[in-house]
Amino acid sequence: MFTAEMLESIKKVEATRAARIGVEPRRMTAEEKDELLRKFHPDYRAEGFQEIKVGPNKGEKAPYELGTLLHSNSRLLGAPINLEKVDYDVDVLVIGGGGAGSSAAIEAHEAGANVMLVTKLRIGDANTMMAEGGIQAADKENDSPQQHYLDAFGGGHFAARPELLRRLVMEAPDAIRWLNDLGVMFDKDPDGRMVTTHGGGTSRKRMHACKDYSGAEIMRVLRDEVWNRQIPVVDFTAAVELIMDDQGQVAGAVLQNMETGVYLVARAKTVIIATGGAGRLHYQDFPTSNHYGATADGLVMGYRAGAPLLYQDTIQYHPTGVAYPAQIFGALVTEKVRSLGAMLINAEGEAFMHPLETRDVSAASIIRECRERGKGVPTPTGFGIWLDTPMIEMIHGEGTIEKRIPAMLRMYLNYDIDMRKQPILIYPTLHYQNGGLEIGGEGFTKAIPNLLVAGEAVGGIHGRNRLMGNSLLDIIVFGRNAGKAAAGKCKEVTLGRMNLDHSQTYAEELKAAGLDTQEVSPLLLPKYTFGMPK
Amino acid sequence: MQNMVNVYFYGKQYSVPAELTIMTAMEYAGYKLVRGCGCRHGFCGACATIYRIKGSNELKTCLACQTQVQEGMYISTLPFFPADKRTYDMEEISAEQRVMMELYPEIYSCIGCNACTKGCPQSLEVMQYIAYAQRGDFAKCAEESFDCINCGICTSRCPAGISHPMVGVLARRLNGKYIAPKTEHLAERVEAINSGAFDEIIEKVMQKPIEEMKELYNTRDIEK
Ligand SMILES: Cc1cc2nc3c(=O)[nH]c(=O)nc-3n(C[C@H](O)[C@H](O)[C@H](O)COP(=O)(O)OP(=O)(O)OC[C@H]3O[C@@H](n4cnc5c(N)ncnc54)[C@H](O)[C@@H]3O)c2cc1C
Ligand code: SF4
Ligand code: SF4
Ligand code: FES
Repeated sequence: MFTAEMLESIKKVEATRAARIGVEPRRMTAEEKDELLRKFHPDYRAEGFQEIKVGPNKGEKAPYELGTLLHSNSRLLGAPINLEKVDYDVDVLVIGGGGAGSSAAIEAHEAGANVMLVTKLRIGDANTMMAEGGIQAADKENDSPQQHYLDAFGGGHFAARPELLRRLVMEAPDAIRWLNDLGVMFDKDPDGRMVTTHGGGTSRKRMHACKDYSGAEIMRVLRDEVWNRQIPVVDFTAAVELIMDDQGQVAGAVLQNMETGVYLVARAKTVIIATGGAGRLHYQDFPTSNHYGATADGLVMGYRAGAPLLYQDTIQYHPTGVAYPAQIFGALVTEKVRSLGAMLINAEGEAFMHPLETRDVSAASIIRECRERGKGVPTPTGFGIWLDTPMIEMIHGEGTIEKRIPAMLRMYLNYDIDMRKQPILIYPTLHYQNGGLEIGGEGFTKAIPNLLVAGEAVGGIHGRNRLMGNSLLDIIVFGRNAGKAAAGKCKEVTLGRMNLDHSQTYAEELKAAGLDTQEVSPLLLPKYTFGMPK
Repeated sequence: MQNMVNVYFYGKQYSVPAELTIMTAMEYAGYKLVRGCGCRHGFCGACATIYRIKGSNELKTCLACQTQVQEGMYISTLPFFPADKRTYDMEEISAEQRVMMELYPEIYSCIGCNACTKGCPQSLEVMQYIAYAQRGDFAKCAEESFDCINCGICTSRCPAGISHPMVGVLARRLNGKYIAPKTEHLAERVEAINSGAFDEIIEKVMQKPIEEMKELYNTRDIEK
């Protein structure tokens, strides 16, 4: 499947392979990393951003495409919505059927609340399903929550909110225990010890995995549990706007059936936004590893209602997205491939960097290798760098790839590339939204009473960059917490008259700021119709 | 000139670039997908698809997001197929053969036709994992069904009306919860955290000035 030019370059990779085994490339110094990020990380490209002109984060910057959605009007302006006709009336409304939403629904149900989950596609059609590499938790003797804290804090450029990070690391072992008790099949040794590896930026081997279907295994168990509990799941239904009451509390959401277009009113005493990420906004034209519904809807709805964002200007580009073949362009090649020993190699066969630098540094370094140093391998869509996968079996023995990363092997074999024998071509892909809606330590937004946020839609847990394995962890820790907190809170809530006044006020602010994007938001689904794929 | 191929969505002909997948070809042709599209990368099972190449009598099944178009493909998507999931309380059941027998008795009606295995886009030994489930060998059933993405193709092909992915998830949960060895270091760490053993130290770390944290971070020892 590789082109002749690529095969020539592979020869150079093969020529240096034996000599590279067992030799660890130097890690960059703090200064080198800073300069590299400034020059080559997409977060530093001014053209990729715009200034937010209205709302609580006015004056700050946001990725251009997100900014446009924030500068657009509600889908409901002028729509005949009758808020008196309530279609669903619940204690806890969970928006989003990924890992965070499902964990929240299970815990709210466990606490005895009347909970309902609405989701845009099916439950489990979510970024959670796609996570491959694993989930962190400091549960081994040589490790500790404070070591985990240090890794995550440093990896996130010392910008994480301490009260959020504390919860993340302190409740991590219990999250693993909870999942294990629900029946998640973690990779274990015969004596029951967890098989754990490094991820980029970890100082201890604390990455727990379920082969390279970690997220899928977690998501299918959570989904099965939601179904077992017979928690109402309203699928193919998107939340399109939050509903407020006359006391300024959140009071539910307007929903829309994705197939029929019909609007529905859900009244709720507490609302949990768990709508995940934004990869499908294709910032700076990057391809993405995200699922079809990752369009930042929760951020847009929360912001319009008055909840501030935090770190909305920091995006994670995963260093190893597929660069070739075109059919799977942008799909993720899990970091675990590097954890298992595969090195990043340029067109000349040189190991130009340590394979396990943090993600932002790795992505920037790959971009530099291609753009500035001209040592990328040309592909139909741009450039790629080799990920030398045959090293894995040289280091750990034959059969390791099939056993530990079967999803990766299968994905490439579909296109006649056998990663056990040939290296693969990668380039950074748009992967994760580091920022999101701001919450306090208990999971509630600070601006809107009874509104909670969990999962990738939250900003501040990881700071300005996230380590592999800390997101699957955060959706469980903060999802569970949100479910419990919402179930506790709903007992004290009395709702007033419901309204959508905030969307009207927002429209006026947009007008006053001279903004007219001709679009409505949230986006709900990307527009690919009649287009070539991204 | 782009290399184009002719494909037929629900019997209607479209000319599409040859390098596209079935999913992106549908979009190229003008479909706006709502059903039948989830992760777009082979993990969620939303895009089960059935096709036949014009002139061939072999019916094939695949994932629309993972399969390149070919000349003469007659394509129909299978965005939903009614499966039957039984409900249970994980705390109340156990890893005994009779649990599966009671929840999914239809697995004993398997006629061994192997249509499930032939249809599986993940190349799993589906009939084999059902056989393990029949025997109550949940560890083997779990292992064999592990890469299942719940696309439902096997269920759509089964003359015995078996909901294979539902059988698989029950076996895996039983395996993960009751059969796999217990993790002592995990239980101990949870216990230590709950007893407050790390409260003071984490509080201290949280209070440290950023400069000190930077120093600690940049000089931390990294496990080999
Ligand atoms: C390919 C890939 C690999 C990854 N690997 C890892 C890993 O190895 N380790 C790790 O820790 N993290 C990993 N991550 C990150 C992690 O998986 C995600 O950040 C996390 O799962 C997000 O969970 P979530 O529940 O917040 O969002 P999601 O799982 O994305 O769920 C959000 C849900 O909300 C729904 N939704 C969106 N908008 C609306 C709306 N308007 N109304 C109703 N519903 C809506 C969506 O359809 C979706 O079902 C990976 C991510 C990807 C994409
Ligand atoms: S076992 Fe069945 S549901 Fe699972 S991947 Fe194979 S065909 Fe799809
Ligand atoms: S398709 Fe049904 S009957 Fe045929 S082998 Fe599979 S499980 Fe048995
Ligand atoms: S869209 Fe998820 S498997 Fe194809």
